[in-house]
Amino acid sequence: MKTRIMFVALLITSVMLWSCGEASGENAKQPVKTGANAGAGSNAAKSNPSGLNTFQLEHGVGPITAELKLAAVNATLAKTGEKIFETKCFSCHRLDDRYVGPPLREVTKRRKPEYVVNMILNPDEMIKKHPDAKKLLAEYMTPMTFQNVTKDEAMAILEYFRYSAEQKKK
Amino acid sequence: MFSNWKRAGVKIALVLAVGIVFWWGCSGKKEMAGSGDAASKVYVAPGSYDEFYAFLSGGFSGQVAAYGLPSGRLLRVIPVFAVNPENGYGYSEETKGMFNSTHGFIPWDDSHHPELSKTDDVPDGRWLFINSNNTPRIARIDLSTFRTAEILEIPNSGGNHASPFATENTEYVVAATRFSVPIPDRDVPINSFKENFKGTLTFVKVDQTSGNMDIAFQILAPGFDYDLSHAGKGPSSGWFFFSTYNTEQAHTLLEINASQKDKDFILAVNWKKAEEYVKQGKAKDWDGEYYHNVFNESTQMAESNLKKGVKMLIPSECPGLLYLMPCPKSPHGADVDPSGEYIVGGGKLATVIPVFSFSKMQKAIEAKAFDGEVEGIPVLKYDEVIAGEVKEPGLGPLHTEFDGKGFAYTSHFVSSEIVKWKIGTWEVVDRMPAYYSIGHLMIPGGDSRQPWGKYVLAMNKITKDRYLPTGPELNQSAQLIDITGDKMKLLLDFPTVGEPHYAQGIAAELVTKHQKKIFDINENKHPHVTKSEKDARVERKGNEVRVYMTAARSHFSPDNIEGIKVGDVVYFHVTNLEQDWDIAHGFAIKGGDNAELLLMPGETLTYRWTPKKAGIYPFYCTDFCSALHQEMQGYIRVSAANANVPISFGTGK
Repeated sequence: MKTRIMFVALLITSVMLWSCGEASGENAKQPVKTGANAGAGSNAAKSNPSGLNTFQLEHGVGPITAELKLAAVNATLAKTGEKIFETKCFSCHRLDDRYVGPPLREVTKRRKPEYVVNMILNPDEMIKKHPDAKKLLAEYMTPMTFQNVTKDEAMAILEYFRYSAEQKKK
Repeated sequence: MFSNWKRAGVKIALVLAVGIVFWWGCSGKKEMAGSGDAASKVYVAPGSYDEFYAFLSGGFSGQVAAYGLPSGRLLRVIPVFAVNPENGYGYSEETKGMFNSTHGFIPWDDSHHPELSKTDDVPDGRWLFINSNNTPRIARIDLSTFRTAEILEIPNSGGNHASPFATENTEYVVAATRFSVPIPDRDVPINSFKENFKGTLTFVKVDQTSGNMDIAFQILAPGFDYDLSHAGKGPSSGWFFFSTYNTEQAHTLLEINASQKDKDFILAVNWKKAEEYVKQGKAKDWDGEYYHNVFNESTQMAESNLKKGVKMLIPSECPGLLYLMPCPKSPHGADVDPSGEYIVGGGKLATVIPVFSFSKMQKAIEAKAFDGEVEGIPVLKYDEVIAGEVKEPGLGPLHTEFDGKGFAYTSHFVSSEIVKWKIGTWEVVDRMPAYYSIGHLMIPGGDSRQPWGKYVLAMNKITKDRYLPTGPELNQSAQLIDITGDKMKLLLDFPTVGEPHYAQGIAAELVTKHQKKIFDINENKHPHVTKSEKDARVERKGNEVRVYMTAARSHFSPDNIEGIKVGDVVYFHVTNLEQDWDIAHGFAIKGGDNAELLLMPGETLTYRWTPKKAGIYPFYCTDFCSALHQEMQGYIRVSAANANVPISFGTGK
């Protein structure tokens, strides 16, 4: 009886092994998927583990690829930004309190303006690639999503942050 | 003795079992995939898209199911004529109005024939129309959202079967009654059928910008059963062809009494002429009430209007409007080939497939080659209008589509097969068995001027042993067949939703190019929208309480509500503030005698609730939205009717 059980067990194992071998054989035929950044190619990309270049590390990944030239804070534009913020961002962000995401009153002191705009316009890629954004996702657990804002609207929201940073906490 | 018998019994049982297995293997000679490379032909790699959308009617499910071809993957079930507790369609305050009819709120129907909108007789991917067979209506689905945008009731109709086939540029979709009934409906003896019962053909105008439908005119037709239809194209542009059965005008035991005559008719309608008659004021003002329900995407609300009166054309007063072409026997399909010259009748009980010639029909009309008339409608001589007959095609020919390469494919219900035949020579060139009992078939664009002649999809009525059994009730089965070669090749079986009667197929990019991913919150003009969590609130007016609630990952605002009382009517106006594709939220309350809401990004929906008992009522998000989805919950306190608990609400405080 024992030997029969052994035999059956062996048979099952060999079948499993065989099918296993088949599967890995299939896998071997699949092209190896490379990181999304592979081949994107600057030297900086090769020298740091995130694959981002120096500009991207400081200013974020997204449509803003050069430094913004910002004038003094424009209160009217900040007001426009506040309206957009209330609809598109307020369910997750407050100025002074931790909510679904981090408080944002001083975000322009922590981050470059280009980073802020890239995060608004391209959060999906930012939280996948940028080391700081990845850290925040690990902390807050709810990924930031694109809220269907235009570049102009994102600039207005940035203006609201710049304006708020100058105001005292309520 | 006993143990011997027992041992023998075991042996016998074993032998029997082996026998049964062999026998089953033998007798159950099921057709497996027809060719060696079938798997690779239907394989769509994970993450890749199918080449075609196929829209299959749901039949008794009342809905439409969208599949990808060639994979047969179910993409979405679109709720149309049946309420759908899964997402609150027909339950939310916004969507209830879609179900209004002159018979009240109708929660179910039987959806039969999807019809894609067309430009120059090629499907264009804007809209999909579909009929309801039971309570006569036509729905329009917006293919940018895959949602039912409009439902129009058809007055003066007994059952909307020959519908909603469209003209070449979707100027009209039609609705012809399956059941003849008194027009207008009234209390008469059933056996006064011949005297009192009539058919109607309804022409529904489609606005080319909005897609909105309205009834342009009706034609009072003889009291037959109108089955299927197709519009002319090319040379036959301006004409419509309807199949008829029960020209015997039986009102009982139709299976025998409506199968007496050797020939029924294909009814040819000159709709351009009808337009002229209407313009000349020849149409009569008739009674006829009908609901027109339109979903306003801006206010996100169904607008439901009762309309009254139709323009009715009486054929005997409108010469040249209608002609009858004798057609063997109890025809189902009336299918026009891509050139527009041939009209194929699918005579369920016929031994041939008759193919009518439009040019011969025109000549016969000119030469007045008539064989009598019915209620003032000339009957054309069969020999003068027939182009040819496909001889001995099979049993029970039903419906024909075309590959655009000179061949036609006709489904045969009784002999359970697809028969491929050549246009012009009318010879049968190939046959493919269907498993089992095929109804309609569909080639993407196969009823249009330019078919994508790659596949034919068989929609079968009987499933039996094709899949793992699921008890007495089995889902209907579809089969995908490769038609690129001389011989048809069976590629794939897949189960379907409800009972598909007919389908439409279209190259995927014509639909994907105008897909909507979200509803823009800035464009949301819902009267009770909450556009910022800042504005979330609860308002009481007498015993009516309105909760203006927002949803965003992963909380509702407000999520604590007090001051609701037994006897209140509470409206939860929930707005999903997300603006990213596929970030949906759900909303459900313990004990709520309502369906849940599913809210797409930027959408506002309303849940009506009448709490019956004091207590604490949890509510939560039903659509897994984030890592903290399980935390997306809240409480409602309900107090006794005479309690003094004031309205209060909040989030996070």
